[in-house]
Amino acid sequence: MAKRLFEQGMRSAVSRRALLQGSAGLIGGTMLSGGLIRPAAAVGQDPIGTWPAGSQGDTVFIGVSVPRTGTYAVQGEDELKGYQLAVEHINEGNELVTKVSPKSKKGVLGKQLKLGIADSAAKPNEAVQAQQRFISENKAVMITGGTSSAVAVALNKLAQREKVLFVCGISGSNDTTGKDCVRYGVRQNFFGQTAAAAIAPVLVKEFGKNKKVAYMTPDYTYGHTVTKSMQDNTAAAGWTTVTNQVSPLGAPDFSSYLLNVVNSGADILVNVNWGHDAVLSIQQAKQFGVLDKMKLVVPYQVPFLARETGGLMQGVYAATDYWWTLEDKFPLAKMFNTAFEKKYGYKPEWGAENAYISFLHWARMVEEAGSFFPPDVIKAYEKETTIPSLVGDVQYRKEDHQCIRPVIIVKGKQQKDMKGKEDYYDIVEVVPGKELMQKPDAFGCKLGEYT
Amino acid sequence: MVNWANFISQVFNGLALGALLALISSGLTIIYGTLGVLNLAHGAMFMLGGYAGYVAFGYTGSFVLAVIAGSLFVALVGIGMERLIIRHFYDRPHEDQLLVTFGLGIVFVEFVRLAFGSQSQIVPPPPLLAGITSLGFMFYPTYRLAVVGIIAVALGALFIVLYRTRIGMIVRAGIEDSTMVDALGINVYRVFMIVFGIGAMAAGFAGIVNAPVVSLTPGIGDDILVQTFVVVVIGGVGSFPGAILGGLIAGEIISITSMFNPGYAYVMLFAAMTLVLVLRPYGLLGTRGRE
Repeated sequence: MAKRLFEQGMRSAVSRRALLQGSAGLIGGTMLSGGLIRPAAAVGQDPIGTWPAGSQGDTVFIGVSVPRTGTYAVQGEDELKGYQLAVEHINEGNELVTKVSPKSKKGVLGKQLKLGIADSAAKPNEAVQAQQRFISENKAVMITGGTSSAVAVALNKLAQREKVLFVCGISGSNDTTGKDCVRYGVRQNFFGQTAAAAIAPVLVKEFGKNKKVAYMTPDYTYGHTVTKSMQDNTAAAGWTTVTNQVSPLGAPDFSSYLLNVVNSGADILVNVNWGHDAVLSIQQAKQFGVLDKMKLVVPYQVPFLARETGGLMQGVYAATDYWWTLEDKFPLAKMFNTAFEKKYGYKPEWGAENAYISFLHWARMVEEAGSFFPPDVIKAYEKETTIPSLVGDVQYRKEDHQCIRPVIIVKGKQQKDMKGKEDYYDIVEVVPGKELMQKPDAFGCKLGEYT
Repeated sequence: MVNWANFISQVFNGLALGALLALISSGLTIIYGTLGVLNLAHGAMFMLGGYAGYVAFGYTGSFVLAVIAGSLFVALVGIGMERLIIRHFYDRPHEDQLLVTFGLGIVFVEFVRLAFGSQSQIVPPPPLLAGITSLGFMFYPTYRLAVVGIIAVALGALFIVLYRTRIGMIVRAGIEDSTMVDALGINVYRVFMIVFGIGAMAAGFAGIVNAPVVSLTPGIGDDILVQTFVVVVIGGVGSFPGAILGGLIAGEIISITSMFNPGYAYVMLFAAMTLVLVLRPYGLLGTRGRE
């Protein structure tokens, strides 16, 4: 007994000594690195998130998570191409980059960007795991990626906790910059509220007032908020919901939902499903004769939907972030399309556009801030400066970090009117963003702390 | 409150959904029953059947040839898989078997993704069966009606093989007691290989027959695999009639629940499975001790 006590005493004495030595070294080390390496703009700041560790070398690391498998795989791949092209352009100091971010030279603040890529499978837990790894192991200075608002909301929370900026990829839920918004998250693309507010007047003009509507809704934050926004924005015209068919993400068959739709007596089918769910539900709607009975509307457009449904989008109205024929109107869109098509051999859809431009906006904000120090970058967004995008000038709103940007209303072209194999849509209207936005606090956004 | 026209439509649709699940599950259940291996690559077999048929359809333009090619290809893949890999796992723990079949499933899916991409591929139904048929009380896609018939025939054929042939007798005996069958001087390994081929072929056949109803993506088997497991658990592991009964029950639960509240369709399916596990852990038509 006494012997054991003696040993314990020895052991704790040794460890105490080691501890003291270690901490002395540690303190010295921190002082040294802090004094030598901190960027000028943020002198005297305490380390936060991956700053300054992540931006001390010649390169900075960006974590990307997109679905490469599962229901949203097609859209995820397209998005990824947008990110890769953005990085390539930023690193080489492409002309398009300097048009969006005039202070940019090669790289961001002279540092080359490096992408880490992970497959999220559109699942929040997989995305969070991958990005957590990018943050802790690679010291990512920014995380990005999207498709699935469930993932976006989860990454918002991760970003706020880790104090690493999340530049949101495709996410259509009102919650992303609404009740689940964070100081460390920003979103460029359109969403439920702006999509509905933009497309509703067009639909009422085309189909008339007092219509009966059937909804098909994927069962998560994106689906529910987009359906709600569509219901709210068409209520004034007397449109009523006769049925709302909620289905799980990745449902293998939509027959039972479609039978309910067929038997609902609706005039219009608003299909909020996305990715392969949208493809399958629209194909099966055709098989069940739904499309002969009622008009299809896609309020939140799905990249490649027209291609994959083989003609079923003809005459169908949809709201979107981008369509490539906007290049006739916007010179930057033309430059982007040309570069994208040259590299990948097809016209970019809005997943790639959103990925590309939101990346360039981030680069601009870092250049404006003159530092990777996250609060400074966030404050650059919050200045509400009017900045260029591929569809004209836009600005990020300081209250909820949502980009105020136009929503594009398109209508599927008939086969005979198509001027090329990728000429799927007519642009019906480019609706300015300002009038589409809800009041900043309407969806319960509280941004949280900078530090 | 209940819309009877819709109710009858949903009951009928449940039958159609259930028939497909029954066919896929019967493949899974006879493999497990005979070999004791839970084949987690079964969903991938379903997917492979669809893609093999799609390729054959591209070359020949004939749906019948596509079905034959899809089924045979997957049967061959199944036989190859059994000979080269699964055979070495019969004496290893269940966890190893799960891992190796799960891994094979991923390999198949990613291989198809590499070759065809993630974008969906369409196999059109034969022109004769395209369009919609009026059943008086409802309209239903003609091809889906045909699928119910095609699957009924396929299940009938499986029944004859299992219950009216010598090899079927050996398979059923193997399900009850494979050691005893071995002791009787029958080459169990050859039987195992054939069973694996037949089981895989059932999934492959279902995959290509179902292809015109859905659109093919590499992940198409993943979601169906989960439902298939539920069917097998409900019906009873290793029981061929159980797979059919379980399939029909699952199809009806999904369809009828969706009429009242579509958000609960899958919840009810899993609730039913839980209920069966509590009350009859060996499944509705299963045999005690086999689970």
